[in-house]
Amino acid sequence: MKQIEAIIKPFKLDEVKEALTKVGIQGMTVSEVKGFGRQKGHTELYRGAEYTVDFLPKVRIQILVPDEKAAQVVETILQTARTGKIGDGKIFVSSVEEVIRIRTGEKGADAI
Amino acid sequence: MSKPTVRKIFLSVLMVIAWTLTMRPIFAEEAPPPGGTPPAAAPTAAAPAPAPKLPTYFTATSDDPKKPPAWPDPTGGASGVWATPAGDAKGDVPDQLKLGDLYDRIAHNLYSINYVWVLVAGFLVMFMQAGFMLVETGLCRAKNAAHTAAMNLMIYPLGCLAFWVYGFAIGWGNWWNGPVPPGWYPSLGPGLSLLNEGWGLGAAVDAAGKATGAFTYGIIGTKGFFLSSAVGDVAVMVLFFFMMVFMDTTATIPTGAMAERWSWKNFCLFGLWIALPYCIYANWVWGGGWLAQGGINWGLGHGAVDFAGSGVVHAMGGVIGLAGAMVIGPRIGKYDTHGRPHAMPGHHVPMVVLGTFILAFGWFGFNPGSTLAGTDLRISYVVVNTLLAGIVGALAAMVTLMLKGLKPDPTMCCNGMLAGLVAITAPCAFVDPWAAAVIGLVAGWLVVVSVFFWERMGIDDPVGAISVHGMNGLWGVISVGIFATGQYGAGWNGVVRDGMVKLYGSDGVRGLLYGDFSQFVMQLIDAGTVAIFGFVMAYVWFKISDLITPIRVSKETEMEGLDGPEMGTLGYPDFQIHQGQRLVE
Repeated sequence: MKQIEAIIKPFKLDEVKEALTKVGIQGMTVSEVKGFGRQKGHTELYRGAEYTVDFLPKVRIQILVPDEKAAQVVETILQTARTGKIGDGKIFVSSVEEVIRIRTGEKGADAI
Repeated sequence: MSKPTVRKIFLSVLMVIAWTLTMRPIFAEEAPPPGGTPPAAAPTAAAPAPAPKLPTYFTATSDDPKKPPAWPDPTGGASGVWATPAGDAKGDVPDQLKLGDLYDRIAHNLYSINYVWVLVAGFLVMFMQAGFMLVETGLCRAKNAAHTAAMNLMIYPLGCLAFWVYGFAIGWGNWWNGPVPPGWYPSLGPGLSLLNEGWGLGAAVDAAGKATGAFTYGIIGTKGFFLSSAVGDVAVMVLFFFMMVFMDTTATIPTGAMAERWSWKNFCLFGLWIALPYCIYANWVWGGGWLAQGGINWGLGHGAVDFAGSGVVHAMGGVIGLAGAMVIGPRIGKYDTHGRPHAMPGHHVPMVVLGTFILAFGWFGFNPGSTLAGTDLRISYVVVNTLLAGIVGALAAMVTLMLKGLKPDPTMCCNGMLAGLVAITAPCAFVDPWAAAVIGLVAGWLVVVSVFFWERMGIDDPVGAISVHGMNGLWGVISVGIFATGQYGAGWNGVVRDGMVKLYGSDGVRGLLYGDFSQFVMQLIDAGTVAIFGFVMAYVWFKISDLITPIRVSKETEMEGLDGPEMGTLGYPDFQIHQGQRLVE
């Protein structure tokens, strides 16, 4: 099983979610995060003092998929989350040791 | 805007100012209108008619020297006669009333209108406490929300308590013996004559050598501590309430300049002390003290003129805030090692805007209520002037930012509106609407420049209190000496100059643009006094109080936020509110 973690621009969330649902993803975890990459932030002037906004708001999506589906999901996210402008985000793919459904105790592929 | 264009505009403005100053007085005299008070009697007829005998509720004297006066009057029976169209034998029987009886009943209604007006205006001013709370809390960080709000909450009872215990007595205890226009009567009733004890330099004595209670240089009042029964009169109660809510405005201003690092215990001591400098200075300007007497003592205009308190309330609050911000020091992380300021944005901009609107609304009680008379129809001018100065102030702040190439920060626009309102507070009854707009224009520009200035001077003022109230309070005091038209305020502070009466028909409050440079000089003295007196008193107090209980919280408390450690309550317990902190020393 693979965990696919995508950091994307917040306004792209609905689009990405729709596309993932269409390819058969049945669940995801979404959180609001802040961060920067090579984009850095921008500087404003607030009441006479410089105000550097380092961290920009982003959204993190975490999805668990069987190994076979990983490539398709990554491709879907790439298509829908891309704007072509700086700050589009990143996708991390990692292996997952175990998945357990809390309600029933099911493990492994049955728990996804 | 290009540099040559800016230079052109600047030079034309300079030329206009130079022209108006050299051509004074160029403004056409209006037909001499009556001031807000009955005109001075100047009998020049061959056989002078005896002065009309006024009822005692106007003259505040007793008819019969053997009988005591009808005040202190705790129930309102001494101000005219309250018409009682009751069916029983004790009530009014209309067709048996004489003209004098009718006049007594009209007079009572006159007083009633004045009471309702001043009290309701005072309610609006009290509501400004909410406005201050919202503005200050919105401009501070979320981790200090409960503490900032709490300071603005508790300053009201603390300040009020001190005002009741000693402040009112010091400020207004000798109010009756201050200089007044000829033919003046107290708009709130004869009971105000009870405020007749004080202390000063040069005690005046009457023909029999008895002290009259007046002084050449009034310093403080000494009657009315704890609102004792000696002043237990309906009129005194109105004055007490109205003056108290004004003091609370001053008291709450420094909480903004010192927010996010002020320890609670030290703040509480401050809340009990603030009545001292406020009421002493208020006595000097409003309580018949030496600044008000500058006209009759030194021939400087009508003495210090400050209609609703740009100086007494706002400048005083602002300079106290300056002293406090200097003593308490900037917030951790505000300045880096090179002294460059870091922005610490407020956490709730809509709160700031709402607070500003509440303050603007309250100002419609603050300024026109200061006539102390709903029957003084000048209140309409006061309202319009207040309105115009506020809106132009907001626009001026916005335009100043945009001309500097900056974005129109809504919190600065709020400061701009408040600055305009602060600046018009002194001149509101005395100027024309166009002048109110000009005063607001300067105020809006001044507050932006001032915020940037103090920021770069190393004075950390999270809400701009020093700039809004201090700088513009002083500007307001000075602007009276420039723009006052002379149409209103005849005989203010007891000054009636023959030369002025000959030229203009009456001696109203007028500034240098209308032919009285001495008023401008007196306003400068007034502004200088509040700046120095307020600052020195506050600086000494904050230093002393720091020895009693530390003025500033510990570093750990400040980094965590004052809500938990100082107040025991988080402002936003359900939210994750901590940003990345700057720890640059």
